[in-house]
Amino acid sequence: MTSAPSRPTPAAANPGTAAATAQPARPKPAPPTGTPVRVTGAQSLVRSLEAVGVEIVFGIPGGTILPAYDPLLDSTKVRHVLVRHEQGAGHAATGYAQATGKVGVCMATSGPGATNLVTPLADANMDSVPIVAITGQQTRGLIGTDAFQEADICGITLPITKHNFLVTDPADIPRTIAEAFHLAKTGRPGPVLVDIPKDVLQETTSFSWPPELRLPGYRPTTRPHGKQVREAAKLLCAAKRPVLYVGGGVIKADAAPELLELAELTGIPVVTTLMARGAFPDSHRQHLGMPGMHGTVPAVGAMQRSDLLVALGARFDDRVTGVLESFAPDAAIVHADIDPAEISKNRRADVPIVGDCKEILVELIAAVKAERANGAADISAWWTLLDEWRGTFPLGYEWPSDGTLSPQYVIERIGRIAGPEAVYTAGVGQHQMWAAQHVRYENPRTWLNSGGLGTMGYAVPAAMGAKFGRPDAVVWAIDGDGCFQMTNQELATCAIEGAPIKVAVINNGNLGMVRQWQNLFYSERYSQTDLGTHKHRIPDFTLLAEALGCAGLRCETKEDVDSVIHRAMAINDRPVVVDFVVGKDAQVWPMVAAGTGNDHIMAARGIRPLFDEA
Amino acid sequence: MTKHTLSVLVENKPGVLARVAGLFSRRGFNIDSLAVGPTEHPDVSRMTIVVAVEDLPLEQVTKQLNKLINVIKIVELEASAAVRRELLLVKVRADATVRSQVLETVQLFRAKVVDVSPEALTIEATGTADKIEALLRMLEPYGVREMVQSGMVAIGRGPRSITATAVR
Repeated sequence: MTSAPSRPTPAAANPGTAAATAQPARPKPAPPTGTPVRVTGAQSLVRSLEAVGVEIVFGIPGGTILPAYDPLLDSTKVRHVLVRHEQGAGHAATGYAQATGKVGVCMATSGPGATNLVTPLADANMDSVPIVAITGQQTRGLIGTDAFQEADICGITLPITKHNFLVTDPADIPRTIAEAFHLAKTGRPGPVLVDIPKDVLQETTSFSWPPELRLPGYRPTTRPHGKQVREAAKLLCAAKRPVLYVGGGVIKADAAPELLELAELTGIPVVTTLMARGAFPDSHRQHLGMPGMHGTVPAVGAMQRSDLLVALGARFDDRVTGVLESFAPDAAIVHADIDPAEISKNRRADVPIVGDCKEILVELIAAVKAERANGAADISAWWTLLDEWRGTFPLGYEWPSDGTLSPQYVIERIGRIAGPEAVYTAGVGQHQMWAAQHVRYENPRTWLNSGGLGTMGYAVPAAMGAKFGRPDAVVWAIDGDGCFQMTNQELATCAIEGAPIKVAVINNGNLGMVRQWQNLFYSERYSQTDLGTHKHRIPDFTLLAEALGCAGLRCETKEDVDSVIHRAMAINDRPVVVDFVVGKDAQVWPMVAAGTGNDHIMAARGIRPLFDEA
Repeated sequence: MTKHTLSVLVENKPGVLARVAGLFSRRGFNIDSLAVGPTEHPDVSRMTIVVAVEDLPLEQVTKQLNKLINVIKIVELEASAAVRRELLLVKVRADATVRSQVLETVQLFRAKVVDVSPEALTIEATGTADKIEALLRMLEPYGVREMVQSGMVAIGRGPRSITATAVR
């Protein structure tokens, strides 16, 4: 174990200080009222952000967005956090949004600033996270001339945003900002980009609030169809082997209490997908765990053998279904989602329900209560089978035979010590799957990860965003040594701006998940997966942490795990990075190999519970 | 695969065509024909898209199109309940020896000659895809020097209007 000597930490920036030190000559932003006032486009932008309730913006200034940064200095309501890379700004906005349920905001300049937001925008799009990105653009006259730092960011982000805008008239700024936030957070949430040319920000215009939204083609359905709900209730009460297949939509709709009520009312088993961990308490008897490629045997088996899947805010992703043709062959499908395009996209729904998950669950509970008055099918035989699977194939791991530290054990201990009130983020790969499996989640919005896009480097900036959104919560980024090297520069932001997050680098010296596949499917030919973080100890993560203004700790033995975690928990004046040096041969199990059906799930290497049973 | 004709009302804004075209290409749907133009409402444009897909993927196409914020309304126009037209301009080799035969074909198809020169005629024809195809087959032996065709436009039969309820 090593530890950084304590050093003076920069005071956490206070949202109030910026305005206090601003030059008195600057015009004070007036409170948003209905009467139009004369302002610049930039002032109009900042007032609009204040008016929609933005508390924090993650970004980096540059040439074309410069005009917006001037009135931002005067704002007492909007705090700007200066990040080190625009990708960090985007993921921070996502982490903030996922942890709080509010819209996250990031800002960047034109050209490379904007293109650096592409990955977080695609990430937020895949995981339906409400964020708004504001980018500077070259002046109107220069657009299309390949001017300095010009990029057609609207064109580039067309397929990876819910919508985007190029503002060509400063008078449109308030309405566009209001529309962007409305689009981001309503219906199926998602990222919205607003691109504003520099001269539009500089021009004089008038500002008034609230603007009138003009979105004639946007009418999301939130209220479910009563007949479909009754139909679903009928199936729910008649099914002998039902499963509630819970996706991230339940968390986005803040419908966890209603889910619990429905589950307890019916006694039906629940599975929570990677995006839904925390939507249903892991401690609950009816919870079978996570389904999918690295799901539990009971969760995968329950779906495969079920006669009714009730999908709530889930999208039948290939990582959940395995080969579609052999997925849950006997199950009727009730599919409830706010996005009609998800219904019957991958698997035909027998009962489609379009609507907000919370409203659907409220009505479904009422309908099920009415239906149960006529009796409900006995599902005790179903539970006998599921409990048998639970007993025979519990989620577990083997201690590495070479005596190295078990990564699963480390993650499990972090989860136990930090507890279910903490917020956990993860990168992508083995550590992500272990964090999804071995941390016990009890509350929604405590597990943030990149599910759809699978963005390595997500953990640290997302944890930063989450910490700013929930400053009183303990925030752990469970990261891999590969992921950590992609975005750790944001620890400097965390240290300077006052976001004391905790980072567990699950350091196995390798791109672990790729190595696992090479081990299983490429004859143990380890091509380009050794990062040298073990062999050469480059970088030394404790020294790197200290260089970035964080405390750096290291743990290499099982005996030290708890004490190091406790030490990390005790440091709250700056971020902490713990280098957990773990074995490289640990693997993620259970596993459904890519391209195979879920019946071929392997509980561990060579053990196929469902296949062998059949 | 069956061909489906979709009438898509969209906001008359820059980039909308790119959004629609991009959606088709990235979701792997093929556009057979596409025509865009103004409507009786200055803020609304109308696209007629012919797409060759089975019923289930068609459902996906329309649902995904509906998700585009600038798309206001989508109506599938059944062949039997709609008037469907394409426009053809074709330049046919027609010197004095064959000109009268070419003109006869033009008349048979109720097409029009819109430009004449000693060696060629330019013919304008409107009609269904079948009629345009038949005309072209008849003209081919004379030698088609150049041709251009519009995408299909279509409108439902009867007094009802798809714009009336969608645009206020």
